[in-house]
Amino acid sequence: MIRFLTLLLMCQLAGEVITVGLGWLVPGPVVGMVILFAGLMVKGGVPRELGDVATGILKHLSLLFVPAGVGIMLHVGQLEHEWLAVSAALVVSAVVTLAVTGWIMQWLGGAQRR
Amino acid sequence: MNADLQDIWVYLSASPLLHLTLTLAAYAAGDWLYEKSGHWPICNPVLLAVLMLVGLLTLTGTDYHTYFQGAQFVHFMLGPATVALAVPLYRQFDRVKQSAAAIVISLLVGSLTAIVSAVAVAWALRAAPQTLVSLAPKSVTAPVAMGIAEKLHGLPSLTAVMVIATGVLGATIAGGVFRVARIRDPRARGFALGLTSHGIGTARAFQMDELSGAFSALAMGLNALATALLLPLLYHWFAG
Repeated sequence: MIRFLTLLLMCQLAGEVITVGLGWLVPGPVVGMVILFAGLMVKGGVPRELGDVATGILKHLSLLFVPAGVGIMLHVGQLEHEWLAVSAALVVSAVVTLAVTGWIMQWLGGAQRR
Repeated sequence: MNADLQDIWVYLSASPLLHLTLTLAAYAAGDWLYEKSGHWPICNPVLLAVLMLVGLLTLTGTDYHTYFQGAQFVHFMLGPATVALAVPLYRQFDRVKQSAAAIVISLLVGSLTAIVSAVAVAWALRAAPQTLVSLAPKSVTAPVAMGIAEKLHGLPSLTAVMVIATGVLGATIAGGVFRVARIRDPRARGFALGLTSHGIGTARAFQMDELSGAFSALAMGLNALATALLLPLLYHWFAG
């Protein structure tokens, strides 16, 4: 397990070095994901233990967003004046984006299968 | 509070252990309630945990900085978790390849829809320019969205809050939206969830099935790239 946890961190570290070194706007972990993906393609399979580590972390993915969410404490003052505009924007945008993206993907996916 | 208790409190509140434990406990409690409610979307574990923690920190007069000293260990895992998304993506790659053209078009349309719809509504309701910039990348996973907001002179920590809110909101309403819009294809459901609500949407998609989860992880990664490239262009176009 430690080996593959180390592998995840090494991919992330390589991603960070590349993005900082080249001044990319793309974050390090996303580049790390691409690196690991390329590695799996070369190897042609997922080692069982790596699969276990990945499943273990991803099962509780939403836990990892809690600390950033608590950050709302810092912005109560600013949101006091703009809560209506911000909430309306978030709700409308979530509904529209889910519907439009899902609908296009389903439509094109269906068209492609035929 | 007597002197001994006061000493214990001072000791504990200065160590990261207390707030790390509280973060996990609040999430465990939120997750338990979510299970008990029969996966009722309003009982989203992230939402419940954030509400509990904000209430507790406010009651005890603890500031966010102190809280984050403990919570940073959880926050840190976002990086390795993003890397780990390569695994489900690889496992489903054959199906992803079959949908390549659909993915590229859905990505461009979805990414623009997410940005423009949010900014247009907030602008019409007279939100300040800095709020608009902080709002624009809200569908992108937190570390990327914060990086984009910073480059465009928004407020990264405000962006983080919008990102979490969008995640919880999308995961909560997705079931209803998919029913009304008759979106039944698991690939389309996953892709829409990941594009709109990044990691929190992906967590929701994995609850549906692994195919939805893999498409969600893919959409989340691609939208991070697309928004990082598109938003600076749009920004200079409108503001410049």
